Amino acid sequence: MTLRLMEGTEAIAEAAILSGCRFFTGYPMSSFTKLLEHFAQKLPENNGVCINAESEIEGINMTIGAASTGARAATGSCGQGLALMQEAIAEAALNETPLVIFNMARNQQDYFQATRGGGWGDYRTITLAPKDVWEAVEHTQLLFHLADLYRAPVLLYGDDLIAKTQVGVEIEAREFGTLPDKNWALDGKLSGTGKSRVTWTFAWGKHNTPGLRADKHWRNIAAKFDAINNIEARWEQQYTDDAEIVVVAFGTVAKFVESVVEELRTKGHAIGFFRPITLWPFPNDALEQATNSVRRVLVFELNAGQMIDDVKLSVADKTKVQGIGGVSVHDSGLSYGDLLSAQSILTRIEEIITGDKK
Amino acid sequence: MNYIATNAPPAEKSKLVANSHSPLLQTTEHHFCAGCGEPVGIRILLEALSELSLVDGSIGVVGHGCYGGAVTTIDVDILQCLHGRAPSCATGIKRMRPESTVFTIQGDGDMVNEGLQEVLHTAARGENITCVLFNNGVFGDTGGQMTTTSVIGQRTKNSINGRDPAAHGFPIHISNLIASLEGSAYVARGAVHKAGAIAKTKRMLKRALSLQQQGAGFTMVEILTMCPTGWFVPVSEGGDYMADSMEKIYPVTVLKNIA
Ligand SMILES: Cc1ncc(C[n+]2csc(CCOP(=O)(O)OP(=O)(O)O)c2C)c(N)n1
Ligand code: SF4
Ligand SMILES: [Mg+2]
Repeated sequence: MTLRLMEGTEAIAEAAILSGCRFFTGYPMSSFTKLLEHFAQKLPENNGVCINAESEIEGINMTIGAASTGARAATGSCGQGLALMQEAIAEAALNETPLVIFNMARNQQDYFQATRGGGWGDYRTITLAPKDVWEAVEHTQLLFHLADLYRAPVLLYGDDLIAKTQVGVEIEAREFGTLPDKNWALDGKLSGTGKSRVTWTFAWGKHNTPGLRADKHWRNIAAKFDAINNIEARWEQQYTDDAEIVVVAFGTVAKFVESVVEELRTKGHAIGFFRPITLWPFPNDALEQATNSVRRVLVFELNAGQMIDDVKLSVADKTKVQGIGGVSVHDSGLSYGDLLSAQSILTRIEEIITGDKK
Repeated sequence: MNYIATNAPPAEKSKLVANSHSPLLQTTEHHFCAGCGEPVGIRILLEALSELSLVDGSIGVVGHGCYGGAVTTIDVDILQCLHGRAPSCATGIKRMRPESTVFTIQGDGDMVNEGLQEVLHTAARGENITCVLFNNGVFGDTGGQMTTTSVIGQRTKNSINGRDPAAHGFPIHISNLIASLEGSAYVARGAVHKAGAIAKTKRMLKRALSLQQQGAGFTMVEILTMCPTGWFVPVSEGGDYMADSMEKIYPVTVLKNIA
């Protein structure tokens, strides 16, 4: 195995290109900017195209166009940039155009944006939240597969830490199984034959080859996301068998929480750890089982309380659920604040353990 | 100028005067109003594609306006995109399929209101696509409201006493803007209110599509189209109304044609 020292954004770009991504577009915004720079450098050398979009709205619509031809295509941004893309993410979900979106978020305040979305219609967005650069590489490759498998836009919830951390990585091809033919892809080869195609959210089809039209089509889309909800939830759990307290966290923040839980275990506390890997679908059933016989479910997230809604929807007795994170942003507004430290997480959990003993 | 009543069907039924549909339509059934200029624009675009033998491999991107419904009848692979975003989607398509002839169909509301930024940037980048604009100076589809290209004095449902610069600002001359950008190779403004204008406009479309095939850069044909319904004028007066109002402000001409 040969490891190469790379920052997260470079590793993600390489993983995407290895997955067959041939189109990327983006608009600078930290923590995302470097991802754009790496694609701009690497895609032309790999028979691909990277466009410096003049806005995020243009970027995602270019990506929809590229993906509508059957090419593997991606875009990205964070926060406000992702906000600008919401109309188009919904559109891609409803007209079934597979594409990958990299949210190199500045912190954890985009959880609702990612999992609820701000677009229109009955759609959901598969969202993977890696805990480190290695997992971001794996998720990038998996996301291109999931996008094609389900013909849907999918999202990586990365962050400033993943973007900037340099680690030794080896990026190798991964097999995820066979995919359906892209017989829907627009190539113009059926133009003029009487069997030409149309990609349209309303699914009217053509006069000669009528589509399902909106009502049936949107019911099917809803059923598809229902099915994904049942199949694709991913999570990681530790020490939940004998835990009296389970701490829930996602993304890079979860890695800090995991180490704190390890430390508390060595001190003899009956504490466990649960990390949703997919933010949507949220691993509701797994979390319910993991927390059935615990005393407390603590949620550590660096925002005002977003994932905690999903935790409460999962845990049978929601009075057990308590948020122990909070808004914690670097004063620049561009990264995490000082709550992201093993020490402050440890203190918050220990306070609760001591309080419970009184 | 007569204004028609919109609370009842027209007194006189419209009648078929000529059968002239394009070979590239899957059916002659359509949803356009009598006297609408857009189906004429679509016909000459499709004729231009056929006559240049560019049908095989051609892909269209269609925005939101009355022309939108025609995605079901035009026998070309089509992406029906979000309002205003056709030039960006077409960019993605063309970059992945450079051998395809890629065109957009948009209206003034779609291109000049909602999507102005997209078309300007796409033109400036010199993308090898052809944008076709049906300019009727109103949001036809939503029932005849003012757009950025409505001419001064034009009565619409939300400029009921006529477009007044003090309240509504001035019209945007989109083709002139596009022509001023280095990335554009060909920009022309045609019209479909007279036989001569239709023939001329078809030549413009052919030139634009041929230049795209040569990789010359961004090409665009603006077509002034009648919208008697959205203008609230009788069908038979649509052409004259257009000649008296829009055509005076937006003259039919080739604005840019790189040699
Ligand atoms: C984001 C968004 N806003 C508004 C609309 C509603 N809408 C549909 S068609 C249309 C008017 C289009 O006008 P134009 O492009 O000039 O086409 P015309 O109907 O005049 O041919 C509007 C505003 C929409 N579909 N999407
Ligand atoms: S409203 Fe105007 S643009 Fe729309 S179909 Fe009728 S005449 Fe044509
Ligand atoms: Mg219009």
